[in-house]
Amino acid sequence: MTKSELIQRLAEQNPHLYLRDVEKIVDTIFEEITEALVRGDRVELRGFGAFSVKHREARIGRNPRTGESVPVAAKRLPFFKTGKGLRERLNDEPTDMPPKEDSWY
Amino acid sequence: MENTTITRADLAEAVYEEVGLSRNESAELVEAVLDEISDELVKGENVKISSFGSFSVREKGERIGRNPKTGVEVPILPRKVLVFRASHVLKDRINEGTEQGTE
Repeated sequence: MTKSELIQRLAEQNPHLYLRDVEKIVDTIFEEITEALVRGDRVELRGFGAFSVKHREARIGRNPRTGESVPVAAKRLPFFKTGKGLRERLNDEPTDMPPKEDSWY
Repeated sequence: MENTTITRADLAEAVYEEVGLSRNESAELVEAVLDEISDELVKGENVKISSFGSFSVREKGERIGRNPKTGVEVPILPRKVLVFRASHVLKDRINEGTEQGTE
């Protein structure tokens, strides 16, 4: 499923909304998550998962072909950890509670 | 420096401010978006959100694990795991402010 298919489906389920509003809703959600990560904040969506940013220190890397040393700059990487509810659903485990009510870990 | 945690409520608030739906409906739509993505992944399908990233489901085979405390070997059953791959746009934005290539 792509973002436009997601928008399409939500629009079908919400016939009272304009397509452009559904687009705006979906874009706002991902933009909000992105901005949080840019600030270095964590995004925790219980039952779904959590987005966070990990720091990688600068290091001396190596070109695997030539064996030459190359400096690698410090960087920040986005990271996602699947939530308990979704992880259980992926593995057909009974979730007796709706995912959002689940405890996180 | 410890950071803030963003939750569903913050996403709903952003939708409320941006789109002008009621707070209630904004919250319902945030939930609907997460539900649609989850349902698709549970079906075994991938989800690609352009300029954000993609979620895919990977099947892991059975392997022998070890209880790190007791050293006892235990079989880890085959299972499905969700993998998120951030898009380059997202990775670049996260590194925007940081000094690339300098100390």
